[in-house]
Formats: sequence, C-alpha cells, structure tokens
Amino acid sequence: MAERGREHWGSRIGIILAVAGSAIGLGNFLRFPAVACRNGGGAFMIPYFISFLLLGIPLCWMEWSMGRYGGRYSHGSLPGILDAVVRKPWAKYLGVLGLFVPAVIFLYYTYIESWCLAFSVFSLAGTYRNVAEPLAMKTFLQGFQGLTDGSSLGPAYGFFLITFAVNMMVVYRGLTRGIEFLCKIAIPVLLVGGVLLVIRIWTMDSPVPDMPDRTLNQALGFMWNPDFGALRNPTVWIEAAGQIFFTLSVGLGAIMTYASYLREQDDVVLSSTTACGMNEMVEVVIGGSLVIPAAYLFFGLEQTRAMAQSSFDLGFVTMPCIFNGIPWGDVFGFYWFFLLFLAGITSSISLMQPLVSFLEDEFGWTRHRAVTVIGIFAFVCSHACIFGLSMGVLDEFDFWGATLAIVICAMIEVLVFIRYMGVARGWEELHRGGDIRLPGWLKGVFYVTPVYLGAILLYWAIFSWVPWIAKPMGWDISVSWVDGIRVQAGSVNGVILLVRTFLLAFLVGLLWMIRVAWKRKLPARQGTGGAA
Amino acid sequence: MNLLGWAMLLVSWTAILLLVAVCVRKILIVDRDNIHAPLDIDTDPHSDPK
Repeated sequence: MAERGREHWGSRIGIILAVAGSAIGLGNFLRFPAVACRNGGGAFMIPYFISFLLLGIPLCWMEWSMGRYGGRYSHGSLPGILDAVVRKPWAKYLGVLGLFVPAVIFLYYTYIESWCLAFSVFSLAGTYRNVAEPLAMKTFLQGFQGLTDGSSLGPAYGFFLITFAVNMMVVYRGLTRGIEFLCKIAIPVLLVGGVLLVIRIWTMDSPVPDMPDRTLNQALGFMWNPDFGALRNPTVWIEAAGQIFFTLSVGLGAIMTYASYLREQDDVVLSSTTACGMNEMVEVVIGGSLVIPAAYLFFGLEQTRAMAQSSFDLGFVTMPCIFNGIPWGDVFGFYWFFLLFLAGITSSISLMQPLVSFLEDEFGWTRHRAVTVIGIFAFVCSHACIFGLSMGVLDEFDFWGATLAIVICAMIEVLVFIRYMGVARGWEELHRGGDIRLPGWLKGVFYVTPVYLGAILLYWAIFSWVPWIAKPMGWDISVSWVDGIRVQAGSVNGVILLVRTFLLAFLVGLLWMIRVAWKRKLPARQGTGGAA
Repeated sequence: MNLLGWAMLLVSWTAILLLVAVCVRKILIVDRDNIHAPLDIDTDPHSDPK
C-alpha cells in the first residue's frame, strides 16, 4: 500500500462538516421549496424520503467507501479510484467525468456565488432599499448582471474577483488549514443564521394590513398541505429522485475526493450518514420554512404560485422585496444572502478539490502548483459565463456539466461498485473501522439503487433528450418538465456551438491527461502489479 | 394548514431531526470513549493488572 504523505482530515467533525458543506448549496434554500410546492406539497415528502433512503444514502455510502479505498492507494480523484477498484486499463478513462463535472460546474458556480456576496453587501448598504415590486427587483438584478441596456458589469465583476480569490485562498491553504477550517466556521454560522431567519419569517404574521387572511398557518399550508393525487403522476417521483440526487452532491466526485483523505481505519458509515442527515436538516427544516412561506405572506397565493416556477427568482427577486418590507430588513437581507454565499462557497471549494487531487496524486505536483494552474485556467474560462450570460453560456455549462454528465457519472460509480467492488466486499469496506454496524439486510438496497438511477436516466432520455434531438427534425415531442434542463432545440447559435466545442475539447484534454499520467507511472505500476 | 399538512410537516421534521440527533449522539459517545487518560495509555508493561 503506497502511502506518499497524502493529507488527512484533522478531525472527524471536519470531514462531516466539509461533506455537509459540499452538499448544502443554493438548491437547499431555493430549489427544494419550489419543487416541493409544484409537486404535491406535503405529499411530495413521501417520494422524497423514499428516494433519500433508496438512492441518496446508498450513493453516499458507495462514494465514501470507494473514496477511502482509493485513498489507500494514493488516489483521490475518480480516474485513480476506479483504477484501484476495477484494476483494468480502461477503468481510469471512465473516471474522466469525475474531473469534468466538478470543473465545469466550478466555472459558473463561483460567479453565481458572487451574486450572493454582492447582494449581501447591497442589503447592508441599502442599494436596493427603494425597490419594492418584484418586476422592478428583477430589472435591478438584470442590470447588475449586465443584461439590460446601458447597465455596467463592473460591480458584478468586482464581486466575482473577490469570490474567486477567496475560493482560491481556501483551497490553496490545504485540507485542514483551508477547507476544514472554513467549513467548521461556515456550517455552524449557516445553521444559526438559517434558524434566525426562520424565526423572523414565522413571527411576521399578516405583514400586509389589507390582507389579514395571509397568515403563517395558510402560508405553511401552501407548502405542506398534501395533494396525494399528485403521487399518481410519475413526474412527481422523478422530481423527488432528482432533488435528492442533486442536493446530496453525489456523482460529482467531490465526496469521493474528500473521503480519500480519510485514514484506513476512520469511520465511514456513521460519518456519511450524519453528513446526509445534516444536509436534509438544512433543506427540509430550514429551506422549506423560508422562501415559500415568506412569499405567500407577502404576495398571496397566485403570485407565489407563479414565483415558485423559478427557484432562482425566489431567492434573488422575491426575498429582497420581502426584506424591503419588514423592520430591520437590511440586516435580514444581509443574513439571507450571506447564508446563500456560505452555502455556495462550501460547495465550490469541494468542486475544485478533485482536479487538485488529480494533479497532486497522478502527476506528483504540489498543492500550491496544482491550485495555481487550475486557478488560472478556471479564471480565464469563467469569463465565458460572465460575459456570455445573455447568450446562454452559463445554461450550457449547467446543462452538460450539472445535469447530464453528473447522472452518467453517478451511474458509472454505482455500476463499478456493484460489479467490481461487489456488494459483499463493498459492505465490508463500508464498515471497516465503522462506529456502527448496519443490519445485514440493508445490503439489498445496493441492488435497488442502480435500478432507481437507471429509471431516472431512462425517463430523462425519453422526455428531455428526445425532444432535443427530435425538434430540429420537425418532430413534435415537446415534453420538458425537468427543472433546470434547458431544451435547446432551435436556439443553437455560433456561441453555443463554440461552448460545446470547448466542453468537448476539455473532456478530450482530460482524457489525454489521464493517459499521460498513467504512462508516466507505468514503470512503477508494473512493479506493483497495478493496472496500466 | 390542514391537519394532514401539519402531520406531514411534523413527521418530516421529526424523522430528519431524529436521524441527525441519533448520529451526533453516537459520534459524541464514540469520541468520548476514545479519550484515554495518560495512565490508560502508558501503563507499565511489567506491572500485573491483577
């Protein structure tokens, strides 16, 4: 077993908070309540919890187990981990998505994260204090993003520079002094800030004097009253599975990389379950209690229903309008956006780590060198998202990286776990050094997870990708319901083609790097019997 | 909110908070058990514990 002085987590709470931080993102506060509202309210929690148990937790267990296993062979990124598990020459190439997905998401995620930081500063400075109507707030947001005529991108770019620099600094400082240190502060602050906001919103009964019927009870009812009839719709089940999948940050390769820094006898089973639980706590208990109830209290049933169609507008348009209408709104607005910023930064730093680990482990680079090179690359490429926002560049990155490739990557991980690690060996790996032992019959869940995931993939293929292919051919198959997926038929222009070419080139470049890395290590591998 | 709505909210919250509480409690217990006094660690190998 080749230990080459890899870093390790400083404490168990450190990795739990880091993984929880990776999972807790903007979606916990914005996407979950909107999706729940649109899909049966309280009844949505039934498929949601089933998906959590059959898909979310098993996927996390698999990623943690395989990650720690790879770490024992000094591999912290998916190509190396798959190479260690499968021991076939082709396996490492399958892991390319574990580098591609987090890198592509990182390119635009830091920019969105910087909007949160900007709006938290704007809240304190009172920049949007006089904007009371959602339509005007939307115009303010678009002006900030440089999407309206005559608006300047200067402030947005300034905040992006700050956000990007903070991200780089955290990852540059290393695992314990950077990532672990930040998460140990950010997650508790996020939890306390979230609870304070819930208390504030739950105590503002009937804020609109001429609408006394808008009570907290009705607002919560809008979110939680179950429509059990919705459960007959397969879309609701797929939406629930998709929400669980995206909220837990599985399929990214980030959790595996984090787990690779565990020691051989460190617990996995209890720590991973705790991290999953913490993410769910933030999503359901805090996230589900904020935006929708607040929007209902202020704007009533019809407007809230319309607002729930766009998760993003709920956070950046609806919430600032609400904070403008309550006492101490500036401070609570700051809390809200800073909370989103913390959720964002704890996720974005985890997105960078797989590439850093790849360069460190497979090329023997130092962390500082790896972070510097990746930082320069990411900084340059991020400009495409900043300046190409109006041309749909960010949406392209989001579609290929965060929606399509992520599910395929997760499917590869699951199949490798089942086929090459094996359920029995995987179960033992999961419990190695474990502080708890799960009942043996739970092993069966590992067989259910790939079927569940395969069903999602098939459903998406039929209802999302088929129209995408079919529309330009004149076939009328127009079902597009998956939140965040942009059906791009008819909107392919020069810029979009350029972005797709770049993404393809990036993917090929990563494959080439994997090949080079293994070729360079070939003599050493032949000595140890590893897959070449 | 109707009765079923409250039921869904309470069941969801209870399930999640219970999961987190059980896990955190277990972590705290295990971590506490792993703390050893210097005497536990540096026991004289020649001394007979009986």
